[in-house]
Amino acid sequence: MTLQRLIFALSFVIATGSAHAGEKTFVYCSEGSPSTFNPQLATDGPTFNASSRMIYNRLVEFKQGGTEIIPSLAESWTASADGLEFTFKLRKDVSFHTTESFTPKRKFNADDVLWSFQRMKDPAHPYHKVNGGSYEYFSSMEMDKIIKEIVKVDGSTVKFVLTRPEAPFLANLGMDFASITSAEYGTYLLTAGTPEKFDNEPVGTGPFVFKRYVKDTMIRYEANPSYFMGKAKLDKVVFAITKDPSVRFQKLKTGECHLIAEPSPTDLKAMIDNPKIKVLQQDGLNVGYVAMNTQKKPFDNVLVRRAVHHALNRGSYIEAIYLGNAKVAINPIPPSMWSWNNQTKDYAYDPKEAKELLKKAGYPQGFETELWTLPVSRPYIPNGKKLGELIQADLAKIGIKINLVTYDWPTYLAKARKGEHQMIQLGWTGDNGDPDNFLNVLLGCAAIDAGSNVARWCDKDFAQLIDRAKTVTNIKKRTGFYKQAQVIFKKEAPWVTVAHSTVFRAMSSSVEGYKLSPFGTESFFEVDLH
Amino acid sequence: MIESPLFFGDSIRNLVQVIFQLILRRLVVSIPTLIGVSLVAFLLIRWVPGDPVMLLLGERGASPELYAEMKRNLGLDRPLVEQYFGFVSQALQGDLGISIHSKRPVIEEFLDRFPATVELGLIAMFWAVLAGIPLGILAAVKRNSPFDYLVMGGALVGYSMPIFWWGLVLILVFSVTLGWTPVSGRISVMYDIDPRTGFMLVDTWLSGEGWASFKSALAHLILPAVVLGTIPLAAVARMTRSSLLEVLREDYIRTARAKGLSFYGVVVVHALRNALIPIITVVGLMVGAVLTGAILTETIFSWPGIGKWLVNSVTARDYPVIQGGVLLMAIVVIAVNLVVDVLYQVVNPLMRGKS
Repeated sequence: MTLQRLIFALSFVIATGSAHAGEKTFVYCSEGSPSTFNPQLATDGPTFNASSRMIYNRLVEFKQGGTEIIPSLAESWTASADGLEFTFKLRKDVSFHTTESFTPKRKFNADDVLWSFQRMKDPAHPYHKVNGGSYEYFSSMEMDKIIKEIVKVDGSTVKFVLTRPEAPFLANLGMDFASITSAEYGTYLLTAGTPEKFDNEPVGTGPFVFKRYVKDTMIRYEANPSYFMGKAKLDKVVFAITKDPSVRFQKLKTGECHLIAEPSPTDLKAMIDNPKIKVLQQDGLNVGYVAMNTQKKPFDNVLVRRAVHHALNRGSYIEAIYLGNAKVAINPIPPSMWSWNNQTKDYAYDPKEAKELLKKAGYPQGFETELWTLPVSRPYIPNGKKLGELIQADLAKIGIKINLVTYDWPTYLAKARKGEHQMIQLGWTGDNGDPDNFLNVLLGCAAIDAGSNVARWCDKDFAQLIDRAKTVTNIKKRTGFYKQAQVIFKKEAPWVTVAHSTVFRAMSSSVEGYKLSPFGTESFFEVDLH
Repeated sequence: MIESPLFFGDSIRNLVQVIFQLILRRLVVSIPTLIGVSLVAFLLIRWVPGDPVMLLLGERGASPELYAEMKRNLGLDRPLVEQYFGFVSQALQGDLGISIHSKRPVIEEFLDRFPATVELGLIAMFWAVLAGIPLGILAAVKRNSPFDYLVMGGALVGYSMPIFWWGLVLILVFSVTLGWTPVSGRISVMYDIDPRTGFMLVDTWLSGEGWASFKSALAHLILPAVVLGTIPLAAVARMTRSSLLEVLREDYIRTARAKGLSFYGVVVVHALRNALIPIITVVGLMVGAVLTGAILTETIFSWPGIGKWLVNSVTARDYPVIQGGVLLMAIVVIAVNLVVDVLYQVVNPLMRGKS
């Protein structure tokens, strides 16, 4: 009995014990540890959430909760008529954070912009090789090839000169890797002989100041009192790193977290039913698909690909796999994205037609093949195995025998890159709101070697359209090119487009002002607690 | 006169000489062990399919040029033999490489997390010994009684129970259903503790956050320590019982009883002291088991120690962390076993010169 009392007393202290009453401390149960606190060096969501959205800003940003590009550290910009020069006018009232070890002596200026981009681009930059020195995101967006030079016009004006017209360039500058770091802090650490601290004891301009990271446990931030958009409503933010989604849900229920990352769709109903929990939903900027390897028989035959499309009852997957929180995908880009083609004719569920097409393709008895099922849970396909089983059952009806195969995630990606698969489940969540970020990254000819075009589909007409769309800045013209490209995609059917899922977040009912990002990233600047 | 063998017979100088020889011999023997461990860790993770570079890139992929450059930057384009000897020669200079994931030196990453594992392990062992020895004694004293059957049956179940299952059951019962203990982590996020020593129980006192933060840290330790300590507890209880039963049959015990000493006096003062020797051996062996068990326990309870770090690095194919981390763990296990052997020499003069 005494032990029971002791344990109860301890848990009461934990549940209620705020160390500093009166302050608004917001606890976010995140899904993983950040790999660094400099988004230039990272490719993963937990790092971006812990660094770029909390600590840093970019020249431009995406409007909170949307994909619209808005000014941030740059108050305005102009593009030259040929699309080869972008000139940015910078804000003059922005300060870098003051931390325990660093006090800035000047405001943010053009030197910081040059410093940040040159670190990733120029091997002679003093920080280029620091802390591993690899800038995968910057390189994979081809920014190293697109940017010819960056010119400091004056203290508050910078000009980016490009090697080729690149319509999505501005959107790229809103991405996490384009965060602006402090040249003054970098020089200070170089003089002190500790440049490696630059990425682990970060100094940015963002709404929160980094205080402490306890490995794999928690990250602490305090509101930046001199943030150029005004001080955040929260005084402190804590990221409590909790890998397991069901444990995160338990912590939300017990009041140990205010908001949880990536809730499991299976918990959604319980969350909605709980009066102390609020659930926000939004159409995700994503697509889940089943790609057919067009370089291998029988999927090199477009009739077979169309037959597969007709054979799958995708409407039934929405309830079974996404618990109703998704829409059947018609195009490879989601409906919330500009240039989505509402005229695209989808393949109806029609096993008879599918059989007919198989017959025409020379497979009247069907065939046997493999489907690789996604080994990780992603918003675009939360349960790869179950989806595989449904597809297996549907294709069996037209004589296609499916063997389900899977590997652990690193193996899955490595083998898919080599094109070892026949059919494979995969998906994508966009990261800059531009259609090029879907159509080129996932279906461009160069993406076959990159490993992201797993259908290994290269269509000259499609490629020409998406290349042309990149070189013009007129959004109407670009929309036209992308709409045509989607028609070709649908006709050639390299993928079965499965679904665009809804992304959702669960939070305590005391949380106000939180907005879901279509990119799945987190921002707490406008959040408040009541 | 009834004498315990402890500290009788050899001079201190002789003892120091014996210990010195033992350490020297162990150091020589540990060299091939460490080479073997480093080789197995190095090769196994490379034989497992999967590619750390592709994992960094995810669904995005990368052009062949960028892919090749990333492999080159990580040194993964070199032949395996060259990679291995590069790793060994660096390790000999105290450099275990840079983590692919965090881009920080493996040694630093290890030292950041090691205190968490040690703290959990110590508390688990403390609980195992504290509960295991009295239970073993009582079971021996009340041999063949219902209590004996209960303890030994429980010990058998505890010894053979899967740790991950046991951990989840305890979380479900005590954290989720009853709400008595926290679900996971080391301390409530409400406390901002500067990890000065890395031992949370110590740091809570040093931080000035006071008694409440210490209680929070202790509450977070209860379930993981119980889970991790279950197998050692069972082993210690069983060994205490059997060892004590053996000693209780000795002539000098009968003599002591014949002299009129109380039964419990004989058990505690005379029998237990001698029965402790095999118990120390078991405790020593269990330290290795605790380090291994920590891999599962830390994963279940999100405990930020070495076990969870290694599991994460396998999933992330973080080659330097796996090969460096496993090597460091091997060194720790060898060192702990050496300490146990030295203790054994100190406690039991009959063993001196034998190893």
